[in-house]
Amino acid sequence: MEKEELINELTIIVSPYAQDAEALAHIQEDTDFIRDLKINSANLVDVVLDVEEKFGIEIDNDSMARMLTVKAAIRIIEEKLAAGAGK
Amino acid sequence: MNNRVVITGLGVVSPNGADLAEFRHAIRNGISGIRHDPQLEKLLFSCQIAGKPVIDEERMLQYFTPLELRGLQSTGIVYGVIAGMDAWKDARLEAMMMNETPDWESGSVFGTGTSGIDKFREAIYKVDNLQIRKLGSTVVAQTMSSGVSAYLSGKLGLGNQVCTNSSACATGVESILMAYERLKNGSATKMLAGSTSDSGAYIWGGFDAMKICPYQYNESPEQGCRPMSATAKGFVPGSGAGAMVLETLDSALGRGAHIYAEILGGHVNSGGQRGSGTMTAPNSEGVQRCITMALKDAGLNAKDIDVINAHLTATSKDVTEIENWVAALDRHGGEFPYINSIKGMIGHCISAAGSIESVASVLQLSEGFIFPNINCEDLHPDIEKLIDPLCIPVKCLEKQFNVLAKASFGFGDVNACIIFKRYRDGKRRIDQ
Repeated sequence: MEKEELINELTIIVSPYAQDAEALAHIQEDTDFIRDLKINSANLVDVVLDVEEKFGIEIDNDSMARMLTVKAAIRIIEEKLAAGAGK
Repeated sequence: MNNRVVITGLGVVSPNGADLAEFRHAIRNGISGIRHDPQLEKLLFSCQIAGKPVIDEERMLQYFTPLELRGLQSTGIVYGVIAGMDAWKDARLEAMMMNETPDWESGSVFGTGTSGIDKFREAIYKVDNLQIRKLGSTVVAQTMSSGVSAYLSGKLGLGNQVCTNSSACATGVESILMAYERLKNGSATKMLAGSTSDSGAYIWGGFDAMKICPYQYNESPEQGCRPMSATAKGFVPGSGAGAMVLETLDSALGRGAHIYAEILGGHVNSGGQRGSGTMTAPNSEGVQRCITMALKDAGLNAKDIDVINAHLTATSKDVTEIENWVAALDRHGGEFPYINSIKGMIGHCISAAGSIESVASVLQLSEGFIFPNINCEDLHPDIEKLIDPLCIPVKCLEKQFNVLAKASFGFGDVNACIIFKRYRDGKRRIDQ
């Protein structure tokens, strides 16, 4: 999956949780979920569950703790997809 | 401090009316909200009828964001938030904006028995299926008892005491009295008081198992709940929420608020599960003491009571309750006050009963009517021996009166009684 496409999918997933519509409209790789999108930190686990469901992957606790920006999320999704494809 | 306390806003989500206007119409006209419940039938309940408020999706979106609605399964929180926010709006108060400081002078006591029992069930299944990581983020907020008051304080920006009380079926009256005391003592200026109760098989099941709900009326739900009737077969489970804004008289007058009624006082106690009292039955001595202490607290005599809004659940204990009122007030036969129970129309709304019934009480007092008792055309003969049947209206009476006593009694042998008085000097709303 292309990076562009991944960002689009991720945007759809985070949009119900994002409290800052302006930042959501300008989402890019450096966007921080909490600082920029103003996602309630408690909702980060819901974002992860939605990502897991959408991409058919499982995100371990360590990866979850790192998943705070669009860039980190995309790297983790790519890693898990690659690991899944290699199986 | 000894502030006078008045009621300036009402909100209700009841099986026979999911907002104040519908509810007023329903209680005046004796309209039942008891329906056959397919879930209870499917699960082989003995009693397959229940009282459940009807709230459509469009209305939900007026109170909850789409995000909040995701996975929201706590019906008690839904009912409580709607009733509470409606009461706030009815009092012509506004929620604090997100960028404002909280309203330090306003708080909430909003009771419940349990919270989010359907959410809890889903979480337990996931945990047992080794899916702990799939629970999502709202299990705690939906299943903590104080979930309802927490949701309300977040929506309104309340900055004073925010808590949830719990005392079984006495919860609702107790919550109003706790809020009243806080205002009387000068610790707050406005309090949102009320209570809520979840719907559904998992909250009602325990009562069905105790065989205290009627199984004879599954084909005729509206006749199923029969307070004071010779053919009463037990209480029909209900659900919903009632809420009221309580405010110091000074605050209400200062902002020109419409005043529905004044709270003169009340009392909460326990029969200690001694004498006739058990986990499930009241000690009559405790009940009578609760009523007489409430009168004393209000500075009234027994003869001052015009109307009683009773607990009367449609079990064999109805006769005992009437005996207790007769003994506590020392008034019998034709000397007895008017008395009614809303449970014939909506069933027993458990932890929401006291607050929904208090909303009904305040409406009667403020608008000058006494709603009809339904399903007691065959009055219990032992009740007829104690009080004149004319004290038990079966048609709505249009009548101005001054003082209403409302009592609720709960499992654990707990009692609560509150005294409401008509407020005569209140400014009338221009739009009414």
